[in-house]
Order: sequence, then structure tokens, then C-alpha cells
Amino acid sequence: MSVTRATGNDNNILRPRGFPRARACLPAALAAGNAMANTNTSNGYNMPVGVTDLSRIIYGLHMEVFWICVGIAVVVFGAMIYSLVKFRHSQGAIPDTTMVHSTKVEIIWTIIPVLILVVMAVPAAEVILKMEDTTKSELSIRVTGYQWKWQYQYMDAGEGVNFFSTLSRDSNFARQLHSGIDPSTVDNGNYLLEVDHPMVVPSGTKVRLLLTSQDVIHAWWVPDFGVKRSAVPGFVNELWFRVEPGKEGIYRGQCTSLCGRDHGFMPVVVDVRTPDEFKKWVDEQKAALKQAAAPGAEPPRSAQALPESSN
Amino acid sequence: MAHASHDTDHAHHDHDHHDGPATGIKRWLFATNHKDIGTMYLVFSLIMFFIGGSMAMIIRAELFQPGMQLVDPGFFNEMTTMHALVMIFGAVMPAFVGLANWMVPMQVGAPDMALPRMNNFSFWILPFAFTLLLSTLFVPGGSPAGGWTMYPPLILQTGNAFPMLIFAVHMMGASSIMGAINVIVTIMNMRAPGMTLLKMPLFCWSWLITAYLLIAVMPVLAGAVTMLLTDHFFKTSFFNAAGGGDPLMFEHIFWFFGHPEVYIMILPAFGIISEILPTFSRKPLFGATSMIYAIASIAFLSFIVWAHHMFVDGMPEAAQVFFMMSTMLIAVPTGVKVFNWTATMWRGSLSFEPPMLFAIAFLFLFSIGGFSGVMLAIVPADFQYNQTYFVVAHFHYVLVPGAIFAIMGAVYYWLPKWTGHMYNMALAKWHFWLSAIFVNVLFFPQHFLGLAGMPRRVPDYAVQFTEWNMVSSIGGFGFGLSQILFAILIIQCVRGGKKASAVVWDGATPTGLEWTLSSPPPYHSFTIAPEVK
Repeated sequence: MSVTRATGNDNNILRPRGFPRARACLPAALAAGNAMANTNTSNGYNMPVGVTDLSRIIYGLHMEVFWICVGIAVVVFGAMIYSLVKFRHSQGAIPDTTMVHSTKVEIIWTIIPVLILVVMAVPAAEVILKMEDTTKSELSIRVTGYQWKWQYQYMDAGEGVNFFSTLSRDSNFARQLHSGIDPSTVDNGNYLLEVDHPMVVPSGTKVRLLLTSQDVIHAWWVPDFGVKRSAVPGFVNELWFRVEPGKEGIYRGQCTSLCGRDHGFMPVVVDVRTPDEFKKWVDEQKAALKQAAAPGAEPPRSAQALPESSN
Repeated sequence: MAHASHDTDHAHHDHDHHDGPATGIKRWLFATNHKDIGTMYLVFSLIMFFIGGSMAMIIRAELFQPGMQLVDPGFFNEMTTMHALVMIFGAVMPAFVGLANWMVPMQVGAPDMALPRMNNFSFWILPFAFTLLLSTLFVPGGSPAGGWTMYPPLILQTGNAFPMLIFAVHMMGASSIMGAINVIVTIMNMRAPGMTLLKMPLFCWSWLITAYLLIAVMPVLAGAVTMLLTDHFFKTSFFNAAGGGDPLMFEHIFWFFGHPEVYIMILPAFGIISEILPTFSRKPLFGATSMIYAIASIAFLSFIVWAHHMFVDGMPEAAQVFFMMSTMLIAVPTGVKVFNWTATMWRGSLSFEPPMLFAIAFLFLFSIGGFSGVMLAIVPADFQYNQTYFVVAHFHYVLVPGAIFAIMGAVYYWLPKWTGHMYNMALAKWHFWLSAIFVNVLFFPQHFLGLAGMPRRVPDYAVQFTEWNMVSSIGGFGFGLSQILFAILIIQCVRGGKKASAVVWDGATPTGLEWTLSSPPPYHSFTIAPEVK
């Protein structure tokens, strides 16, 4: 299983995803679109469509507003460019100095933007309500930010599973000043986007995260899920996502709230598995915990000592 | 030349009280003349622009390719923090105050600013504030590295620089408030007979409203940073949840200052553009009165949008909807302004002198920043944009080709008036075209980076962001180097050049009282108040 995932990974990531090869990448990701695809759906210059209903809705809103802006820009910039070309002093243009004011025109170009804004705001407000509705979640995970790692504590079906997630060793070596290591050779192209223990969640399940922090403000973000929320010390923020069935794979993001020296080095990695595989994973984790707690065994450390679960 | 000085009526015994400037260092240390103080503000601002710019060059050099090549991540954070503080409080704001010092008395027909000694004080605080701030680069623990927004708890981890940062911010705030009071008092009391408020030039109008914003919000910032200070040193818990406080409360207070602050940096720019465009379109400003109402509406709205900086930090749905709506509303008066500027050019007779070039670039590029602003207002989409390079691209579009292009346009517009010399037109055009091209190479790709998922304030990034970062860095170096031309041009122009006439822009239609004065203008601008019909 892990091998398959790594392959999907190679298909997608080893190809540098920026311009101008960007276009080639999306089909590559789709071609590898089996259950294990490592799908970052951004094409390198636009927001990812993502793999949750929220991320799709957000992408739709983003594109809608973008095209409205493009439309306005065409009209306004068009008028400006027309003026620049047509009304040139050097071409002998005579200024119309009587054109100083027109209440009618000014009312029109106040009302029209208001209408356009209403068209944009109403659907956006509906989405806000949807995003904030964390009820009926099927799995809750407490996410705690530290300088500079994440802790995942499972509740509900995963009760007891608890581990830290830090930047992978290879990325961590490569990111040292003057390391001399070419970042593109590290972690299968996932330089700075790979961790030792990813968060594992089931697909098709409403997952609720309870975010908080032990020190400073962090923020948890996975672009493909369309969710980002701050982790504030002393307070709990909530967010939810449901990854569509069939979109299992590894999704990556980063801390997005400046949190000190190594802010750039605390990635978020989520391993989405089918509910059955998730259950198997939970059982493995619990068995390992029990074994570690058994008499005669080494005293349980944190789950960092648990068997590697993803690769 | 003027012979009557208002001040001679008073019982001043200082020997520097005559019509001309004092000689040597005293002219500057004891300056009470609005032009001398304006010049000091502008020179200070230019120096800070280059210091802040050098920091940006370090940032762009480190981000040129993935991996850490040049600096420690902690130092990188110091650079992003100091770059912002220096550019906002050291470059953009003092530049506008300098322009106000030079132009407000000349535009309202006054001999000087109303409160010349406070004017001196408000300037001379700044070099001390910034010496203190910049000296933090050399103290144990380094300079502040928690971002210019100074969010606790992170900012409380600053080393010895922490109290220095707070004190520097206090001084900057005091300076701004005094500058603002001076502008308001001058405009309210020293307008020439016949100049009603609605006849006042748009630059003065924009500054009048900006000054009220400054007075309203700088004390809020002072309060916020003082609470940080007591949290750090006196065991209070304003922003510490363990003691019953709330880290997010700082964000609310900070952005209650911070959002009007954003408009403090753009409203005077609106005023400048409204001066330049009519001149070189040879046509009066379209809808001048609605332009004033638009500025006032933007100023009012700026007080009720602050939480749009913190949608992802957690707030009730109703608050999210409210702040989304209020933020979007700002697009309406801003749109009116852009439409009116376009209508000013429409059926005009346009020529493309350097100030006009900068004004036109402002129109296009500020609008792009406005569009991304509307996108950012959409809360669900903001959850994806927030804290990414998309935001960096947005606010740099409104601040660099927005505020800074307007400042440069103003300098190109009024420099011959100030110095009495025309500047090197060819060099000015080179400066414009290089700046306008490179600023887009620098900031446009940052939209792509943000959308593709690159967070801001990171010293290093995943390999898929490499190409656009390289493009952006090349644009950054090009933009930075182009600014050297600006400095050379100003020095040349101050030293000499073709004589400028009183109107300066012969053939175009500059309006306003400043053009009735000689170039350079007399030391005490209007000793006899002009009559405005």
C-alpha cells in the first residue's frame, strides 16, 4: 500500500510543478488518480479545486469573483486605455472642459457596484454558515500547535491515539543553512512538506478538528481541504472537512501563522484512507500502545516511538 | 520677495528670525519653516525607503531558490518584520507628512503651518525613533521578529529589543499625532479668504481626513503596545489566556488601528492623483465633490472592517458576515474614485510627463490591488488566501504602485516648484518605466504563489514554488536598483538645472495657489493672503 502511494507521489511531485510545466501536471495527477493518488490539485498558479465539498465551493466562489473582477477590469481599463490612445495632446486633442460633473452617471456607477457586490456576498454568506457547522461530526481530533510541530490526539473511534508530527529528518537536514543538499532530491520532491507521522483520517467521514496551541498562535491549513484555522493558546477553534470517497491519498499544507524562527518548517500532512483501512490503522496504533504499556516493556514514550505508519 | 514676516510682531529675540533661513545646522535643528521641515521629512523618508528596501533585497535573495542559502530563519523573520515597520512608519507615512508640510500652506494660501514649533518636534522625534528601532539589529536576541503586527504571545518572545520596539512605536505615534494636529489646525484656520472647504484642493482634503484618522487610531496602537509592555514586564495578562486574557483581543485592538492605518497610507495618494490627472488631462477633475465624499466614506468605513484581517482566527458567523459586507462596501466609494479619474481623462488632452506617467500607472495597478481586495473580502475564499503570498501580492500592489507611485508622482509634480529647477526628464522616464515594469515582475507572480499554497513569512519553500519565486526575486532586484535613479535625479535637480517657471507645467493646466508663487517659492509662502474667488 505504501509503495503504491509513493508511486502516485512520484508521478505528481517529482515534476516541478511551477510554470511552464504546470499544465502537464494536472493530467499526470489525474492519470495517477487511483485511490492512492497524492493529489495536490493546484496547477501551480491557481487555487486547488481540492477534494472536499467546501474546497470545491470555495474554488467556485473564487473563480466567480475572479471573473467578475476581470469583467470590470476589461471595462474600466478599456476606458482608460481608450482615453490614453484617443485623447492625446500630441494628437491635437481638444479638452472638453465643460465635462466636470454628472449626477446621473455618478449615481449609476455607485449603484451598479453595489448590485455586483450583493451578487457576490449572498452566496458567500451561505457558505460561511456551512463552514461553521461542525455538528454531526463522526470523528474528532484535537490538534495542538507547538513551536514547531503539531500534536494529534484522537477522540471518538480513535480514542487514545496520540502522537506528534514534525518535519521529516531529510527535509530538516536539507533546510539547514549551507546544507549543500539540493531540496529537489529530498523526500520524493516533498521538501518541507513531509512529516514523520502524518495525521490519518478516513474518507467520506465528517472530521472535526479542535485546534489549540501550547505556546504562540499557529494556523493549520490544508489547501486541498479548503480549511484553515488558527490555533490560539488558551482557546479552542473548530473546523471540519469531509474528504470525498475515492479521493484517498496524502494531502499537504503548512502552518500559516508566523510562529517564530522555524515557522516555515512545521508542515501539515494528512493521510486520507478508506474507513476500513483507517480502522485497521487505529487498531494497529492501539495494539502498539498496549504493547508499550505492558509490564516489562519499555515505558511508553510518546507515539513518536510507534511504528512508522505511512512509509 | 516678501518683507513682512508675521513672526516679527511677536517678542522673539532669536537672531534667526528673519525672512531667510538660518545658516548651517541651525537651519535644520531649529527649523520652524514648513518647507525646511517638509524637506527633512522627505529626505528622511527617502533614506528609510532605501534601508527598508535593502531589507527587502535580503528577503528576495533568500527566497530566490529553495533551501537556506544566505541567512538564518530567525534573521529572515527580523528582516520581514523590520522591512514592514521601516517602510510603513519610516518611508510612506513621513513622505506624506513631508508633502503635507510643503504643500498644505502653499495650497491654502498660508505663510506656514499653524504650529511651527510642534512641527519641528514632530519631525525630530522620528530620527530618534528609528535610530532606536534600527539599533535593535545589534542587541542580544536580535531585532523584533514577530511580524510588524506584533501579535502576542510570539512578540513577547523578543529579546532585549522588545522594550525598544515598544518605545520606538510610541515615539512614531506621537510624531504622527502632532503632524496630524498641525495639518488640521492649518487647514481649519489658515485658509485664504474665499477658500471655502469645498473649494480646497483635493490633496488638502485627503490630508484633512487622513489627519482625523491618525488622531483617532494612533492612541489605539499606543494602548495596544503598552498592554504588551505590561504583559511582558509587569505580569499583567491582557493577552494571556492563563491569566484570563485573550491573545485575539490584541488582534482586534491592533487591527482597529491597523485598518484605518492602511487608509492613512492611501488617502493622501488619492489626493495626489486627483491633483496630477486634471493637470495633464487639461481638464478639471470630474465630480470633485463626490471625490471628497468618497474619501470621507472610505475613512468612515475603515473603522468597521478591521476583523477582516482575522477571519481564520475564529469569530461568530454573524461577525464574519458583517465584516465581509462592510469590507465589500469599501469597493463602492473606491470604485467611484477610479471611475471619476477615468472620466477626468475622458475627452481630455493628455500628455505624458513623469508625474502623469506615475498617476496612470497608479490607476491601473492600484485597481489590481483593489480587485484582489474584493476577492479577499469573500470570507470563504479568504480562508484559502489568508496568510499566503496572495495577501502579500495584494497589499504590495496597493502600497508600492499605489502609495509609493503616488508619492513619486507628487515629487515629480512639485520638485521643480520646490527647487526652482526642472529635473532630467529622460532620467525620470527611465525611472518610471523600469519601476513600472519591475514592480509587476516582482509582485504579480506572488498572486500565483499564494493561490498555489505558499504561506507568507516563510524563509524557505517547497520546490514547486521555485519558478515564480525566481521571477519575483528578479523583479525585486530590478525594482530596487531602479530606485537609485530616483535618488540621483533628485540630487541633480536640487543642485541645479534648467530654471522652472512659476507655473512649471507650461502648456498643461495646473490649478491651485501653489502655482501662483515663484519657483522656488518665497521662504514664507504667502505673507499676504491671496484672494480666492
